[in-house]
Amino acid sequence: MAFTLYTLIQTAILCTNAIAVLHEERFLSKIGWGVDQGVGGFGDDPGVKAQILNLIRSVRTVMR
Amino acid sequence: MKAPLTAGKGCGEKRHEIFNTQGVEGASTTGKREAKHNMRLRNSSMDGSDGSQLFDDTSATGPGAQGVYRNQQAGPQAAGGLPGQSLLSDPMSNLAMAYGSSLASQGREMVDKNLDRFIPISKLKYYFAVDTVYVGKKLGILVFPYMHENWEVSYQQDIPVAPRFDVNAPDLYIPTMGFITYILVAGLALGTQNRFSPELLGVQASSALVWLIMEVLAVLLSLYLVTVNTDLTTIDLLAFSGYKYVGYVLVHISANIISSAVSLVNHQTLCFSRMILGVVAGLLFGKLAYYLSLLWCCAAIFVFMIRTLRLKLLSEAAAEGKLVRGARNQLRMYLTMSIAAAQPVFMYWLTYHLIR
Repeated sequence: MAFTLYTLIQTAILCTNAIAVLHEERFLSKIGWGVDQGVGGFGDDPGVKAQILNLIRSVRTVMR
Repeated sequence: MKAPLTAGKGCGEKRHEIFNTQGVEGASTTGKREAKHNMRLRNSSMDGSDGSQLFDDTSATGPGAQGVYRNQQAGPQAAGGLPGQSLLSDPMSNLAMAYGSSLASQGREMVDKNLDRFIPISKLKYYFAVDTVYVGKKLGILVFPYMHENWEVSYQQDIPVAPRFDVNAPDLYIPTMGFITYILVAGLALGTQNRFSPELLGVQASSALVWLIMEVLAVLLSLYLVTVNTDLTTIDLLAFSGYKYVGYVLVHISANIISSAVSLVNHQTLCFSRMILGVVAGLLFGKLAYYLSLLWCCAAIFVFMIRTLRLKLLSEAAAEGKLVRGARNQLRMYLTMSIAAAQPVFMYWLTYHLIR
């Protein structure tokens, strides 16, 4: 229960790292979360899955 | 080397003869001794004259000139020792002061500009524009949100009205004060259970702060995922999450202070059986008061959050109570419910470890 600010920073770094190490070909395409499978139509309703895929791709791009 | 002469003659003569009749080696040493003796005599005469000239301040050449020069050096130093006069009169220090003040104002401008980039200070001022009436009404709504009817935030030319004029506007004053009061009451609760130490206050503070930050980040992430077009800023979310602290404080106060007050009263009863009954009632009442107030505050904050977020997150049709179909609206409804439901969970989680 004794969470410190340092644990918060640690958690943030570990989560960012976990998202950054998801490999594009070996893993994300296999489970249908690849880059080309996320973009739906051009409607104004991307949906939750498209948003998640966008988030993963942008985190990986920034951390490259 | 000639032998020393007989001791028949007088002292001075003997000395003189010793000086004069010793050998070459002796002559050299005597020469040195004589020179030293003469030098000593000369030095003493010099010191004596120097000292007298320092005090007398005559216009003689060497030492006199040195003494005058020393006096002149002491003069400006004495004038510089007085702070007010020479600083203004000396042009060099004037220039230095002007430069220093311009440098300081430049530094302050730079700090303000950079700080404003990270923490929008002008926006923060809006959240602290409260007054006593607003705080009283808001606390009343937080504890008893069932009678309040109009939950809309009034706007004034696209800018939300300051909290002073609108009860529904979020503010940061109550969460901040609630946080500080929560830490103090937690310290009080630990103290009545003899578990207190000063480091625990810091631990409680950082722990509560971390939970708050994590909750705000989780809400931000879920808002991004559901693509809600809302005008809720991060600070608004911080304010809404911070309203829980009022509930924490109430729960703790009712659980600990009442129980400690009851036990204090019981200590003063003399009859043994009455004392036992009193202590048991105090313990029960402590726990009972905790659970009752926890239930009350959880329900209150749940209703408060739902009614506040309903207007901000859901579309207008759904907010008015009509049943709107569609996956997106359903998702928004779930989001609102889960944000509101997380509050009582947090409330229970962060208070039960202080109750024994």
